[in-house]
Amino acid sequence: MTAVLRITGVAKRFGATVALAGASLEVQPGEVHALLGENGAGKSTLLGIVSGLLRPDAGTLEVEGRPYAPRSPQDARASGIALIHQELSLFQHLTVAENVLMGDEPRRRGLWDRERARQRTREVLAEFGHGDIDPDARLARLPIGARQVVEICRAIATRARVVLMDEPTSSLSRADAERLFALIRRLSAAGVAIVYISHFLEETREVASAYTVLRDGLRVGSGSLAAVGNESLIGLMVGRTVSELFPGRARGAAAEPALEVEGLSAPGLEQASFSLRRGEVLGVFGLMGSGRTEMVRALAGLARPRAGSLRLHGRPRPLTASAGERLADGVGYLSEDRKGEGLALPLSVADNVTLTGFGSCSRLGVLDPARQRAQAAERTRALDVRMRGPGQPVGTLSGGNQQKVVFARILHQQADVLLLDEPTRGIDVASKAQIYEAVARAAAEGKAVLMVSSYLPELIGVCDRVAVMCRGRLGPARAASDWTPESLLEAAIAG
Amino acid sequence: MSAQDQAASELRHRLVRAGPFLGLALVVLFFAIASGAPDRYLSTNNLRVVLAQTVIVALGAVGMTLVIVGGGIDLAVGSTIALTGVISALAIRDGQAPLTAVLASVAAGGAVGLLNGLAITRLRVVPFIATLGMLGVARGTAKWLASQSTVNPPETWVNQLAVTFPPVPWMVFAPGVWIALALAAAMAFVLRRTVFGRRVFALGSSEPAARACGIDTDRLKLEVYGSAGLLFGLAGVMQMSRLRQGDPTVAAGTELDVIAAVVIGGGSLSGGEGSVLGSMVGALVMAFLRNGSQQMGWPSYVQEILIGVIIVVAVAIDRWRHTQREDAE
Repeated sequence: MTAVLRITGVAKRFGATVALAGASLEVQPGEVHALLGENGAGKSTLLGIVSGLLRPDAGTLEVEGRPYAPRSPQDARASGIALIHQELSLFQHLTVAENVLMGDEPRRRGLWDRERARQRTREVLAEFGHGDIDPDARLARLPIGARQVVEICRAIATRARVVLMDEPTSSLSRADAERLFALIRRLSAAGVAIVYISHFLEETREVASAYTVLRDGLRVGSGSLAAVGNESLIGLMVGRTVSELFPGRARGAAAEPALEVEGLSAPGLEQASFSLRRGEVLGVFGLMGSGRTEMVRALAGLARPRAGSLRLHGRPRPLTASAGERLADGVGYLSEDRKGEGLALPLSVADNVTLTGFGSCSRLGVLDPARQRAQAAERTRALDVRMRGPGQPVGTLSGGNQQKVVFARILHQQADVLLLDEPTRGIDVASKAQIYEAVARAAAEGKAVLMVSSYLPELIGVCDRVAVMCRGRLGPARAASDWTPESLLEAAIAG
Repeated sequence: MSAQDQAASELRHRLVRAGPFLGLALVVLFFAIASGAPDRYLSTNNLRVVLAQTVIVALGAVGMTLVIVGGGIDLAVGSTIALTGVISALAIRDGQAPLTAVLASVAAGGAVGLLNGLAITRLRVVPFIATLGMLGVARGTAKWLASQSTVNPPETWVNQLAVTFPPVPWMVFAPGVWIALALAAAMAFVLRRTVFGRRVFALGSSEPAARACGIDTDRLKLEVYGSAGLLFGLAGVMQMSRLRQGDPTVAAGTELDVIAAVVIGGGSLSGGEGSVLGSMVGALVMAFLRNGSQQMGWPSYVQEILIGVIIVVAVAIDRWRHTQREDAE
């Protein structure tokens, strides 16, 4: 049988980051093919290339045995390939029929043929057991599950032969997910191949028959899902051995708690309780969308908590506070979105380092640039930031050096509770090691560190204790030595 | 969502939709009563004055609705009106047939729009900046063509287009009023019923999704800015008609009136929303407000303050509508 989609040796770099290092994938007609891998393994990049959003640097693609080199989503669509996005890509202001048929409209002398559109949409909807959705309803009025049906119907209306789904259940309730699986089975029975990305292994097993595991931009395994256990799949996904990157640390002398959180909930976060001691590094593992970032943001004063209580250094503090008030209380925050939220890219290193602590380098509200530069130079030297000088715009530094500047800022503002959200995302190995060292040093000085990460080895290598966030709930923290990468991943995808 | 919630949300939606009409009714009612002479305020004569005054902004708003629904903005409307007004005045002065002059103005407006579209699609400049640049370029070109003074063409039928009293009584209103009405109706039809119109809504609603649907969004933008430009060119003709001369300094700030008309009428600056009918109502709200204030003998600063407040209130309603929707999700 000819594969409906064959990808061979596809490579893609973004600047210095290698996203795909020669990945391959074969999908048979009518097959539901699970594409598995840790965050950053290259799954979304691969789908982006197949759907014409990205161009590969090397490698070949074939659709039904013919060479396929999409230059745009239009090309992909013309070749029968449809991508269903992680974030739904629909038109909020238009009707269901318009959403389904946009780009392939029934027309009569340039007019949008409403009657025919309604009819075709009704047919497609009925084919998938959703005759209850009104083709004339405005999309913004539909519940989210119905919107996904609309998006899938768009793929069907264009007679797609391969449908790519990137974490389609991440925004769905269990009941809507069940309905989606039924849809997928019907699609597959009709001969449409589906490439399915999900972090949830159990859920993947419900719908998929074949799998491919990517790791570090390469295919490390593939075959029939029925013939492989979860443990070997996780083994393939994790792969690495814990490296020598991590600093040795004297651990666990019991100290007084610095941050105590009880029953915290916020939008996207169901429940989190933990106690973080001075001199301790507490790790939080969770998949994207599990609520880990929502928790950190609620603690940093950037999202409004719904319920819970909070104590800093044993003193109760108001649950709802602004970011500025938290900062004044000694809480430092490192955002997972370095470029959007972590740094003011056009400003200098000196401005960025001193931004949250202008008080120490100004008099009567007037900044003293010399003191600013001196303080920034001192802080960045400790972290080995490679730069021409404190006046260099931070946007011109490498990702690793940028992240060290953010870290320097938290130290400059003299925070004693550090909330780090993905502190090593997208940075080079040498910078990672320096961040680990800085974390260890901060803990040795008696600061308390909360480190959110989706990189398993660093959690086990750097943290004293690790807790797992899954579907908005934070599990109990256990000693890092009690965890293995496999058991962490299992706890995170248990839902 | 329960059926009751849905009914409530539908009702709220209708109320918000009806907002501009309610606003217009309130303004008219207020001045009819406050002026102490409702029969004079609502007389055909006064209506003629109001409508003739609003032809230029209304034509601009027809084009701007297209642009704003498509998720864009055009700040160069006022300058385009001045430039195209100068062009038709020059053409008539230099002995061209009046119809040729009108067509030249419309074509020039379309060309300006296409240039905006090219800057946005080829140079990847955001619409705000691209058209801000054009605001200066078109204004400067108008002054250059007119040699920095006004251009006085001989009397032709073009001068009759936007006068307060129509050349023949059976027309009731100036020809320009009827032309604007016809074009507004045509644009409403295009936006609602044609494939092109629905694609413009799709573009403004979500550009990445439109691209994923196989729509050539760059080409669509060129078409949007180009056709809006044609309408701005015609507005320029009306401007020349009212002034009876080509004045390169005229219509400064008209773009703000035009944008305000669309926004008061329910257009969203984030795209995907807006209607020609709403924009026309928006233009009339401002026209009646100006006219009423004049009749009351209020100083012009009162009008300016009132119109400013109305714009902010209209956008606040727009924002409120959006948060309602986000909550619903």
